[in-house]
Amino acid sequence: MSKILVGLKRVVDYNVRVRVKPDGSGVVTEGVKMSINPFDEIALEEALRIKEKGGASEVIVAAIGPQDAQQQLRTGLAMGADRAILVQADQPIEPLAVARVFLKLIEKESPEIVLLGKQGIDDDNNQTGQMLAALWNRPQATFASKIELAGNTAKVTREVDAGLETIEIDLPAVITTDLRLNEPRYVKLPEIMKAKKKPLETLLLADLGVDVAAQFKVSNYAPPPARQKGIIVKDVGELVAALKQKGLIQ
Amino acid sequence: MIKILVIAEHAGGKLNPSTAKCVSCASQIEGAEIDVAVLAADAGEVAARAAELAGVKRVIKVEHGANAEPIAAIQAPQIVALANDYTHVLGPSTTFGKDLMPRVAALLGVGQVSDIMAVEAPYRFRRPVYAGNAIVTVEAASDRKLVATVRTASFQAASTGGNAEIQTVQPSVELPTHTRFVSRSAAATGRPDLQTATRVVSGGRALGSAEQFKLIYSLADKLGAAVGASRAAVDAGYAANDLQVGQTGKIIAPELYIAVGISGAIQHLTGIKDARTIVAINKDSEAPIFEVADLGLVGDLFEILPELERQLG
Repeated sequence: MSKILVGLKRVVDYNVRVRVKPDGSGVVTEGVKMSINPFDEIALEEALRIKEKGGASEVIVAAIGPQDAQQQLRTGLAMGADRAILVQADQPIEPLAVARVFLKLIEKESPEIVLLGKQGIDDDNNQTGQMLAALWNRPQATFASKIELAGNTAKVTREVDAGLETIEIDLPAVITTDLRLNEPRYVKLPEIMKAKKKPLETLLLADLGVDVAAQFKVSNYAPPPARQKGIIVKDVGELVAALKQKGLIQ
Repeated sequence: MIKILVIAEHAGGKLNPSTAKCVSCASQIEGAEIDVAVLAADAGEVAARAAELAGVKRVIKVEHGANAEPIAAIQAPQIVALANDYTHVLGPSTTFGKDLMPRVAALLGVGQVSDIMAVEAPYRFRRPVYAGNAIVTVEAASDRKLVATVRTASFQAASTGGNAEIQTVQPSVELPTHTRFVSRSAAATGRPDLQTATRVVSGGRALGSAEQFKLIYSLADKLGAAVGASRAAVDAGYAANDLQVGQTGKIIAPELYIAVGISGAIQHLTGIKDARTIVAINKDSEAPIFEVADLGLVGDLFEILPELERQLG
């Protein structure tokens, strides 16, 4: 039976209002709540549903990040993943390097499906899944809102600008998730206790022999330019008059 | 010498306006020579339109039956074969470009700059991170190919009036068969396309139901506008996901944006901050949407919308 490999990125929780550091060197992360990247949580939920329907034998969650990313992996185990792999990296690495690390994990685990979030809500790059599929020389189905498995193929419905697109891919393949694929389950206390006993393997990034050198220099973090505050009109009549005055309606 | 290849986006024989935005971004790189690649089964009409874009030197047609639909795994190796002659490869930051360009970058062994919103130098750009809560400078080394996507809302479309030479190229690369197009269901609404519309009316959770969301369609039709929705309205099932405006949906820059019953979560504001005029209608005068609105009206949308339609005639 087949394995599903799911990537879990540790990111600033989506409810946190992110602030830029005064010196422009980054955003404030000290003392800020960290969580599983929401799109990755959807990926894990989908993997668990596939396994529960008999479509997979094992769900493995993997994170690349600091030792603290164990927290997110434990949450993934509590949701129902069977085991976890942490690739410990003390510095953030770029998506291409992340894809190279995942390729190493693929060589080790031979999964049938790699399920990733479509983007991390920190860097908003939206690259890793596509890059991994390219390096692996396998199909990619990005922005998935529906996944139907049929033997060695999968039919994936994708959220595209024009509406919905369905493609058929041979497995193994990389699938990245969009918001509407599913609603992730809540973790219950007994599962959190059980998750503590599930295997969590730690690998050191340096031991994998992967080129993770940064290709980009990122600097000058700044808050977005503020829009000028406008005026409050008192009723519909004033609104229509103002729109006409701006030439926006006839 | 900076040579830029822009990957054209098109469907149904029509060039997507995102291509003219990418050309415009490319034009801001000083001294750049700009070519546009059109991968299609029959590129004729699309290539002719691309050749009219100001600043384009050459249009390269790559015609192949396998290019009838834009499948990233099939297009990427063809683009890699073309990329030899270029320093930069640009695509739009639409679902088409987001799907395709990272695959191209990885095959070239380089990273990608996503969502360019401003050009500072040939290898230095500004881009948004953290749902637009921060803007950063990204600088790449000039001895590597630069692959990037262009945030279309940040650039005006290149004007027409150009007359580029059109060439046909047949890269000899093996194309995979592991990915097959099945179908596409476009919401055939007869309304303008949300991504490119000059007017957009969006509804939020305050609409309360899919039935009441029809008030948004009604106002949009009166204005000849496209319809959008907040993530909350989409999550609640009032509107389809392809109408979602915001960081996780579409990023748009219409002339007029009317937000109805939308509180203005940061992830929504990220999607509209390049709109020329923002109108907010909301019953909560403290709603964050009023911080960015040019015109605000505080009140009950169920009273305001019918009245607004009446006054629009």
